[in-house]
Amino acid sequence: MIESVVSLRLALVGNPNCGKTALFNQLTGGRQKVANYAGVTVERKEGRFSGPSGRTFQLIDLPGAYSLEAASPDEVITRDVCLGHFPGETAPDAIVCVADATNLRLHLRFVLEVRRLGRPMVLALNMMDAARKRGIDIDVAKLEAALGIPVVETVAVRRGGAAALAARLDGELPPAVLVDASSDLHAEVRAMLADAVSMPRRTAEIDDALDRFVLHPLLGLGVLAVIMFLIFQAVFSWAEPLMEGIEAAVGMIGTWVGSGLASMPMLQSLVVDGIFAGVGGVLVFLPQILILFLFILALEESGYLPRAAFLLDRLMLKAGLTGRSFIPLLSSFACAIPGIMATRSIQDPRDRLTTILIAPLMTCSARLPVYALLIAAFIPNQKVAGMFNLQGIVLFTLYVAGIVSALAVAWVIKLIRRDKSEHALLMELPSYRIPHPRDIAIGLWERANIFLKRVGGIILSLTIILWFLSTFPGAPEGATEPAINYSFAGMLGRWLHVLFEPIGFNWQISIALVPGLAAREVAVSSLATVYALSGHEEGLQAIVAAQWSMATAFSLLAWYVFAPMCLSTLATVRRETNSWRQVWIMAGYLFALAYIASFLTYQITRAFSA
Amino acid sequence: MRLSELSQGADAVVQEVENVMDGDPIARRLRDYGFVRGEPVRLVGRGPIGADPLLVQIGFTRFALRRAEAARVIVESVP
Repeated sequence: MIESVVSLRLALVGNPNCGKTALFNQLTGGRQKVANYAGVTVERKEGRFSGPSGRTFQLIDLPGAYSLEAASPDEVITRDVCLGHFPGETAPDAIVCVADATNLRLHLRFVLEVRRLGRPMVLALNMMDAARKRGIDIDVAKLEAALGIPVVETVAVRRGGAAALAARLDGELPPAVLVDASSDLHAEVRAMLADAVSMPRRTAEIDDALDRFVLHPLLGLGVLAVIMFLIFQAVFSWAEPLMEGIEAAVGMIGTWVGSGLASMPMLQSLVVDGIFAGVGGVLVFLPQILILFLFILALEESGYLPRAAFLLDRLMLKAGLTGRSFIPLLSSFACAIPGIMATRSIQDPRDRLTTILIAPLMTCSARLPVYALLIAAFIPNQKVAGMFNLQGIVLFTLYVAGIVSALAVAWVIKLIRRDKSEHALLMELPSYRIPHPRDIAIGLWERANIFLKRVGGIILSLTIILWFLSTFPGAPEGATEPAINYSFAGMLGRWLHVLFEPIGFNWQISIALVPGLAAREVAVSSLATVYALSGHEEGLQAIVAAQWSMATAFSLLAWYVFAPMCLSTLATVRRETNSWRQVWIMAGYLFALAYIASFLTYQITRAFSA
Repeated sequence: MRLSELSQGADAVVQEVENVMDGDPIARRLRDYGFVRGEPVRLVGRGPIGADPLLVQIGFTRFALRRAEAARVIVESVP
């Protein structure tokens, strides 16, 4: 395919919630490239579209901004790219500024600020359908005359709703307006609104009605609880079968490919236990990521997400977080990877980092197999106080221990952080909107891509490295123990055993922890391998119950509350923070907490059971 | 009086936004949002825990402000 020559580079700017991304999706369709800006974790989206004359335009979707006097990393990028100051980005030939026609008091101020940059620009007056429905009357000709730039009406969510904009951009653009940079922007906005806009009421009636319900101190929390409950139900009931299906399918293909390599057992093992296990290990996360993000994107597009943050802000603030931390942390109960990816909705970089750092303390579903094994083996299945199941109480306690430690860690981070300046909430609650399927589909596609391309490669290579460590060197002639015990992983495990002995881990556990680095639940199947029970995990519970002391079992449970050994999570943190330092901080503090908790649990249990 | 002292559903007009320190970034952001002299403002609601944050209507937009943020806005209440 021959790349058509780009005739004009355009930058799309506007306030958050102006419908800018929907307009970008409408103009460019699926033809977009998503990357990060060099050196930062802010998303860079670029696409192309053709005008009626066939000219090709390159469109870059800049992060939403309230002001060019930047207050967040997103806004710094928007400002610098517009000015042509951002390294590696050429200044756009023209700026397309998007404003929500129902929110002009706020958005026009930003339009005027952008106009001061002195670049050729066009104003896209978006959501004109919603404005008409609310009886808002905008005299576009008057507005155009007052602004001195072309003004085009758009409806980003309607097919063909951006055609007029594409046609206008395809024509001759007027040169930039030079304006006095010291004028009072608010006064100018008021004058323009008084002259060109008539509005029957300041708010949409539907928003007022919904907010009275959704933000009600009691009803609002009830609605939130129901939504969260539904999301969790969906994640576990929809994702489980998909995950099992993916594992089975990848395993089957692996075995089938492996059977063709039966004459070369080493290569066969590499393909089946290394590469296919690695691919399966990556793909198995996808259902949870997609289902969680389906809900998160729908909540975000509909305008509910900031409302949830409003309801919970005070609660989260006490722990040094923000209301916006809630959804990512809740997602982390399924898996920390989508949780950490969801922290992109937290604007304050410090709040975002704290949320990322404590996300792995939420008990993810991969820890359940380990909990299930140990609880079934050591906690009697009996009733407490006539109605509660003791095993259930222990499981619940483990979840609570994770949450309490997360809050404590967040509080300590707040305490030791040098930058003590006030964290701002200052959050807009946008109008409610019905999410557009195309915008959600594109959003899901982007999340899947980010995960597969940027995290998948790391997980796959780690799995192959761990296969190598668990396979070489092979067992010597006449070996009596399982082969893994003679491998590098086995050696590493025995060496680790010195470190883990004070917390009660035997050498079998120490070895199983090495392959368990790839994913937490792998530790259970590794234990079975170490006890030469490969494929017979049911027998494991009996062995564990017979051979381990209660102190050892409790110590391992405590270890898994903190479980610093999920390399997939650490890989995601590396991608999302763009920093190895944060990865080491996270791994280090989790390891230290896990070790201390296990040590105390082991010693105390031993003292009591002796 | 301050925006944080308004009762629920009360209307007021913004007088000014105070800086609590030099170049207060939160105060500057509030002004960008439209908290400027003469602008009508309404306290629409409050958060469920400790009546914080506050839900404030300014211009055609709703913002959630924590009490400490809203306390920077000096208003004159409208009967």
